[in-house]
Amino acid sequence: MDSSSADSFNIRDFLRLDMFPHFLCPGCGHGIAMRALLWAIYELEIPKDKLAIVSGIGCSGRIGAYIDANTFHVTHGRPLSFASGLALARPDLNVIVITGDGDCLAIGGNHMIHACRRNLNMTCMMLNNEVYGMTGGQASPTTSEARYTTTSQSGCIEPVFDACALATAAGASFVGREVTIHLPDLKDLLRQGLAHKGFSFIEVLSDCTEVFGRKNNLGESPEMILSQKSRMRPSSYGSVDGNIVDEPFRANTLPTGILSRNERPEYGDTYRKHAADIRALKSGK
Amino acid sequence: MLKQIEGSEAVAEAVALCRPEVVCAYPITPQTHIVEGVGKRIKNGSLENCEFINVESEFAALSVAIGASAAGARSYTATASQGLLYMAEAVYNAAGLGLPIVMTIGNRAIGAPINIWNDHTDSMSMRDSGWIQLFAETNQEALDLHIQAFRLAEELSCPVMVCMDGFILTHAYERIDMPTQEEVDAFLPPYEPIQVLDPDEPYSIGAMVGPEAFTEVRYLANDKQLQALRLIPEISNVFKDVFGRNSGGLVQPYRLDDAETVVVALGSVNGTIKEVVDAMRKDGEKIGSLGISSFRPFPQEAVYDAINHTKRIVVLEKSMAPGMGGIVDSNVRMSLSGLSTPVHTIIAGLGGRPITMASLREVFEIAGEDRLPRIQFLDIDHAAVEHEIVRARHTRRSGPTAESILRHKAVNPAQKG
Repeated sequence: MDSSSADSFNIRDFLRLDMFPHFLCPGCGHGIAMRALLWAIYELEIPKDKLAIVSGIGCSGRIGAYIDANTFHVTHGRPLSFASGLALARPDLNVIVITGDGDCLAIGGNHMIHACRRNLNMTCMMLNNEVYGMTGGQASPTTSEARYTTTSQSGCIEPVFDACALATAAGASFVGREVTIHLPDLKDLLRQGLAHKGFSFIEVLSDCTEVFGRKNNLGESPEMILSQKSRMRPSSYGSVDGNIVDEPFRANTLPTGILSRNERPEYGDTYRKHAADIRALKSGK
Repeated sequence: MLKQIEGSEAVAEAVALCRPEVVCAYPITPQTHIVEGVGKRIKNGSLENCEFINVESEFAALSVAIGASAAGARSYTATASQGLLYMAEAVYNAAGLGLPIVMTIGNRAIGAPINIWNDHTDSMSMRDSGWIQLFAETNQEALDLHIQAFRLAEELSCPVMVCMDGFILTHAYERIDMPTQEEVDAFLPPYEPIQVLDPDEPYSIGAMVGPEAFTEVRYLANDKQLQALRLIPEISNVFKDVFGRNSGGLVQPYRLDDAETVVVALGSVNGTIKEVVDAMRKDGEKIGSLGISSFRPFPQEAVYDAINHTKRIVVLEKSMAPGMGGIVDSNVRMSLSGLSTPVHTIIAGLGGRPITMASLREVFEIAGEDRLPRIQFLDIDHAAVEHEIVRARHTRRSGPTAESILRHKAVNPAQKG
């Protein structure tokens, strides 16, 4: 299928409408990311019963509650850990983790790099809005330099994480980034991530208008999204093997698309084969 | 100076007046406004010589505070709920090392299920960590306790948690008598650490201790709490001399003379209890209350002295020990060892359920008639509980309890609770 499935895709088929109205702010990009994810799931024809959606704490984590599937809302920073157990126990499920920049890179940063290293089969969608939105706008590991937040009141001076470079370096076998303004591209990226066997890490640049954009005079949602777009640099990633940490060729740009991809062994497969080998050895076969 | 101010802001200002040198911050509701408030004061220059450090987790927040305190800096952080649990290892570490860190807890429930509202489960989980735990009844007291906490912590070299009810206090605007910098400086001397990492006088902090000395180290940790039992009222008295008001101490008796029923509680609910006590006194009921300000150390003697004459005791607590009953309750009973006074436990306000005067009056009256069971959950929806028990009994794969009860309540919204 391609983008023409936009006509047949009905997001309501994938939502728990009893959970509405949702609590996301006007202008928040998280809803667009959720739409892209559900659209990708629709195109891949993944049955809802074969979905396991794990989410952490924060505005991103709340999204799981709106999706009509098996969802697991867990503790702050730990969705990748819960999901690891889930994916190992149930390799038949499509495990999707929805997390945010604070959840994934700060309090859950340790789990994130180890999930990348193991390369278990799951897709991690990290919504990056540069801030802890739910608690009212504190600085996160992706808050850009000089941005004002309630905990960087003279402007943020800490350097940011490049989440995709981190994931690539830590061993994720599929890494990509998209912005919400390119909904079909975001959907395609998520679809490829979901179809990829191994750990797929997808960063979605979202926008927090209420407690971040407003505080930094970044305008409303359209202005914030257009500003993201102006900094985009679609990656020319092709069929190159191995991990590539993509260096921006000019400052303040955002490589988008698939940034790295390889077909290294998926941990679940390795584990099951290893276990079978040991059993065979013990039984003398 | 009187101010109309949010509880979190008041605490932020009090902390700033205590001149901390390192403040660590990680956001968690309902505490976040406090560290934001401290950050604001660093930015506007009213708090000088203070490092504000954004960290990646609560675990890091307290760990950074431990490092700073070991280097001789007056250190402060704040957290709540899951954040306190996540920093648990560091909580014990700070107490074990005897580092005088002050930490605010904006008391909040512990999940699962996720709940951001007030109860005392978070602080209670750390009651045996070796920290001193002070509970505030009002925002004024929360502010006052922070100023006392730094002095107490530093005199004993022991960390202190100041516990204030999330939202009920942290987010409530009240009239606050804000002390001046001069008053606080007169009460709280500059921090002189009893142990500090100093290259000129090197030693190690946190060394491994085997069976040959571990018991003695732990014995001294208990001894420190016993010293605090003496020091807390002393500091509260000095505080009164400087600031002119009573705050803190070990316990706060209210209308206990001739009281036949005494209600024991921690934190802001004492305000509601006092209102109910007043109303019932007006109608001739012999009832009083005892607020516990210091939960660790637990003032067993003070509790005994205050309530040993009464006919019955009702412990109202915002926490519970599944498989046991109450937590505060066990401590009160321990204090009354040897007496046959009946002690009833009311578990109330879990996950933010409102504690109304009407409901309190109802159970206090039942208590007065000696009809209160050993343990009761205030305003519990028995129908919802029964429904869930039956459902779970009939279906092996009955799914998560929380979601099931929510669904049941959505279908039956008229039910109480």
